[in-house]
Amino acid sequence: MSAAVPQGRRPGRLTVGRIGVYAFLVTAALFFLLPLWIMVVTSLKPMEEIRLGNILALPAAMTIEAWSKAWSSACTGLECNGISVGFWNSVRILIPSLILSIMAGAINGYALSFWRVKGANVMFGILLLGAFIPYQVFLYPLVRIFSLTGIYNSLTCIVLVHVIFGLPTMTLLFRNYYAGLPIELFKAARIDGGGFWSIFFRVILPMSTPIVVVATILQVTGIWNDFIFGLTFAGRENLPMTVQLNNIVNSTQGERAYNVDMAATMLAALIPLVVYFVSGRWFVRGIAAGAVKG
Amino acid sequence: MSTVSVRDVTVAFEAVQVFDGLSLDIQEGEFIVLLGPSGCGKSTLLNAIAGLLDVAEGQIWINGKNVTWEEPKDRGIAMVFQSYALYPRMNVRENMSFGLKMAKTPKPEIEKRVTRAAELLQITPLLDRRPDQLSGGQRQRVAIGRALVRDAAVFLFDEPLSNLDAKLRNELRVEIKRLHARLGKTTMVYVTHDQIEAMTLADRIVVMKEQKIQQIGTPDEIYHRPANLFVAGFVGSPQMNFIKGRLENTGEGLSFLAGDRRLSLSGYPFITAPSAGQDVVLGVRPEHLEIASTGIWPGFTVDIVEPMGADTVIWCSDAVGSVQVRTSGSRRATPGESVTLHVDPTQVSLFAADSGERL
Repeated sequence: MSAAVPQGRRPGRLTVGRIGVYAFLVTAALFFLLPLWIMVVTSLKPMEEIRLGNILALPAAMTIEAWSKAWSSACTGLECNGISVGFWNSVRILIPSLILSIMAGAINGYALSFWRVKGANVMFGILLLGAFIPYQVFLYPLVRIFSLTGIYNSLTCIVLVHVIFGLPTMTLLFRNYYAGLPIELFKAARIDGGGFWSIFFRVILPMSTPIVVVATILQVTGIWNDFIFGLTFAGRENLPMTVQLNNIVNSTQGERAYNVDMAATMLAALIPLVVYFVSGRWFVRGIAAGAVKG
Repeated sequence: MSTVSVRDVTVAFEAVQVFDGLSLDIQEGEFIVLLGPSGCGKSTLLNAIAGLLDVAEGQIWINGKNVTWEEPKDRGIAMVFQSYALYPRMNVRENMSFGLKMAKTPKPEIEKRVTRAAELLQITPLLDRRPDQLSGGQRQRVAIGRALVRDAAVFLFDEPLSNLDAKLRNELRVEIKRLHARLGKTTMVYVTHDQIEAMTLADRIVVMKEQKIQQIGTPDEIYHRPANLFVAGFVGSPQMNFIKGRLENTGEGLSFLAGDRRLSLSGYPFITAPSAGQDVVLGVRPEHLEIASTGIWPGFTVDIVEPMGADTVIWCSDAVGSVQVRTSGSRRATPGESVTLHVDPTQVSLFAADSGERL
């Protein structure tokens, strides 16, 4: 073997330092996976096994009883219909809130960045300011306003709240994305005779896929994980999954059913997880899309 | 009758005034080029004509109609942008027919116009492609096609070739000129900072600087009789030579004097009465200087030789300063060589040193 003449691809080198780095990364990853591991194995164990206290051990007699109990028969206070009620409530809250808040944000962002409405910057500033005020401050006044108008404790009410509180972030997101689009595109559409809505729906919105995906991810996780708005505004009939999960976990009598609690928690976390896994690729693309011209 | 008439227009951005009472008349079928460095207001003027920018004062007339308050689509204009501005989610056909669809044109008519424009620009095979599947030159062709189908009386071009590479730029430049000739009575207003585009395309050039019109004239007038020092320096490459000096009365009438350099101005067509002793700047284009054995300006030394193929630019200097001389491409000189220059006195321009205006 002659000594390597430098040519072509540089050979990879595995040094001690590199091995150390990998070892550290793997350990760290395992450490952060630990809670998930415990949740999964616990949810698959019967209570007798859990009582033994080997929380890291694999289940000896694997069972999905806890999952089905969590879904359909766990008690949330007085009723014992499981977390499925909350799941469907959350879906009913999520879908209209998601669509409305994204539309509102997109239209706002479009108007602010292309039409240069008088006082647009001031308006945008005020809107952003709203994002920095803690939610709790709004709770009582909003409850009063909604009960005066008679929509308190309804699906409409909770959807409205999600749309309003999503507005600053959604507007910011879309405004910044649209600011990156060439203004000449908008000028061309105006010369071609497009009006406010036709330019939005025919030219701008079709170019917004990446940012709509980003907005969807943010809103799905935000709305799905919301607890305080759901508890305050949705009313007993429409309590979202997070609230019901809390009820299940806190209203146990006698022995605490760890396996059911774990299963219910994972069921509640399922939707955001799925959204991340499905759209992760799009998410990165959406963030990078700002750098590339349409 | 003029197709486009800009009357005393003032445009203001927030508190900053961009134009202050600018006027311009463009004849029907004319090819007008707005030429100037970036920030001179040429694009702003074009946007004001298009209606994409509100004017603060004054009027804009297109085709005998006051359109100052009209929407862009109602002005009878079409526009081509530097960044093409094609709708990325539509194919070429949809891009070209979007405006007509917005105007509720009947389908067969849309089809007819798109087909005709596509044939004219030789983009028929591209009709079903999306913009991201096209090259830069093809995109700009489509953008021109999109303007073409509108059957507008006035075409506005906002630096349409600036994003293209040199070869494509030359090709499309010729094509735009051909298009203008073929369309006959279509007025074109074309914004550029490229003087070659301006010289080759324009019927008349409007040279602008700092939001003011410096000179309006045919390419010939702009090139050979620049109205002031700015126009003289901006148009022409290599740049016009400027020599600071003074007017003096000699035996044969008024002469220009700078150090040892002397030039009789007996044949110069003064537009304002000159006075002896006045400080002036003499402008000589490099091609009007010549390295000759019987020149009138001796004592120059060759500094640098730039062979450009078709011609050679030779930088010569003496005690007063350096000048560029444009000679034939086969001419060679050695740096350090002593030469004598000849000036053609009928081709020079003379400017007042204080105001910069042509004398």
